Amino acid sequence: MVPTDLRYTKDHEWVRVEGDAATIGITAYAADQLGDIVFVELPDAGRLLDQFAAFGVVESVKAVSDLFAPVAGEVTEANPELGRTPELVNSDPFGAGWMVKVRLTDQAQVDGLLDAEAYDALIAAG
Amino acid sequence: MPYGPHAAADRERMLEALGLDSVDRLFDDIPPELRASPLDLPEPEPELELSARLTALAGRNRVDLASFLGAGVYRHWTPAVVDQLLLRGEWYTAYTPYQPEISQGTLQSIYEYESLLAELVDLDIVSASHYDGAAATAEAALMTCRATRRDRVLISRGVHPHYRGTTQTYFHGGLELDEIPLVADGPAAGTTDLVALERMLADPDRPVAGVIAAQPDFLGLLEPMPEIARLTHAAGALFVAVIEPVSLAVLAPPGEYGADIAAGEGQPLGIAPQYGGPYLGILASTDALVRQIPGRLVGMTSDLDGRRAYVMTMRAREQDIRRDKAASNICTNQALLALAASIYLATIGPHGLRDVAAQGAARAAALEAALAAVGVPRMHEGPYLNEFVVRVPDARRVHRALLDRGVLAGLALADAEPDDPSLVDGLLVCATEVTTLDEIERFARELGSLLAAAPARPAVAAGVR
Repeated sequence: MVPTDLRYTKDHEWVRVEGDAATIGITAYAADQLGDIVFVELPDAGRLLDQFAAFGVVESVKAVSDLFAPVAGEVTEANPELGRTPELVNSDPFGAGWMVKVRLTDQAQVDGLLDAEAYDALIAAG
Repeated sequence: MPYGPHAAADRERMLEALGLDSVDRLFDDIPPELRASPLDLPEPEPELELSARLTALAGRNRVDLASFLGAGVYRHWTPAVVDQLLLRGEWYTAYTPYQPEISQGTLQSIYEYESLLAELVDLDIVSASHYDGAAATAEAALMTCRATRRDRVLISRGVHPHYRGTTQTYFHGGLELDEIPLVADGPAAGTTDLVALERMLADPDRPVAGVIAAQPDFLGLLEPMPEIARLTHAAGALFVAVIEPVSLAVLAPPGEYGADIAAGEGQPLGIAPQYGGPYLGILASTDALVRQIPGRLVGMTSDLDGRRAYVMTMRAREQDIRRDKAASNICTNQALLALAASIYLATIGPHGLRDVAAQGAARAAALEAALAAVGVPRMHEGPYLNEFVVRVPDARRVHRALLDRGVLAGLALADAEPDDPSLVDGLLVCATEVTTLDEIERFARELGSLLAAAPARPAVAAGVR
């Protein structure tokens, strides 16, 4: 079972909401499917993200994929550790491997995302 | 593998296996209006007749001329080993093979090209080549936009007009390309106008992604590259240096004066001048831009047994992987021509390249003196390397008349830069190590006698016609 305190997208991102602050990353399933991650390209603080629009790129030894924002908001911080140690996304996808923090513009968007149970069902279905 | 193309029977068999009745069915997905219309071609000719016709056409090429034409393409002596090695069949493939298990030779040749050029431009990374200098320059301009997330690039009028045109073509559809004027008169005439550059960089509503300048510039003059780099970086933009590779044996390389990207035409490195190419686009950058540089990067590593091996290190942003989000829509390199450049550089070595550049400069100085002696002065005051502009009243007519006298008198700038009236009397002339003193003497003699025979109108009239 994936962490139950997070919400998820069909594109395998997760979001942790605390007040109007949201932390965004990719799921363990996504990291595992990508393989060894060698580079993560993230937006600078201040950039405005649209919900479900691409906000960055994750590059593994076998693929390059876009990162999609689960919620709209303004970037307050990009994970500074990923520049030097992108492998954190593989080793701790729900923790130290987080990607960006944003200030939510529309709290209601969170309710439209998958909960842990629904996301588990999604990956179980392949 | 059979030598001939598919015969009718082969095609029938393939169609049968696919369950199709015609090759046209394979193109059903493409709307008819987008398909190529039938080509209007003449009937096939017997090989003997075709060969005779093409030989007659080739006979119309003037090979008797003393040539002083450069303008982006330069004649150099190419050691015989370059073309001889290029003829080896191992290099001829339908597509560049990147599978390391079977392609160590090709990968090593690309690695060596990248390493040699990195040393020459003094930057961290060199991509495995592009189509030509114009395409490399346009890709460099796009790199600055991606890296800074800005959409306006400034390009000096001192950059080759073809490169400016190509970059403009790449910029259709959302990106802005503005031209920085050249200084009109005084000691810096013909080089990038730094005051105008500073003003263009200062517009707060239109932040600049990159600034592009050429060294030497299109008029042969040496640009204040460190100063352009400083102004560019102060505005938070990236600096693209358009370079001529042979000149880097004697001029400061882009890495030394702070360029973020170097682009240029690799033709002078062992590739014969040929109308329309194929040529070789050089593109290099700092490590910080490694994920913005289009093309492939080959690296050296070791295999499981610890032996030296070469692999494709980076092509993550290519079209086959990133589709519409690729760093470039061009997904190939010029491997054979990059190889020619590598063999050339390895053969003549750093001292040889310095000799080539220095001899060209010495021949150009002799050319300047010979033309001045018959009353034809330079148009600009600033220093040059091996190419410069002379002022000749009615330059276009003189250029044509000299062809009849066996001299290709460089390039008439009235043709190359038609919208710059200050250059209408300019002939852009060049010398390299293959230019002989006899040819220089012939050029000066013919030009002198031509001008003496038909005293030209005063040069000042040129600007008002």
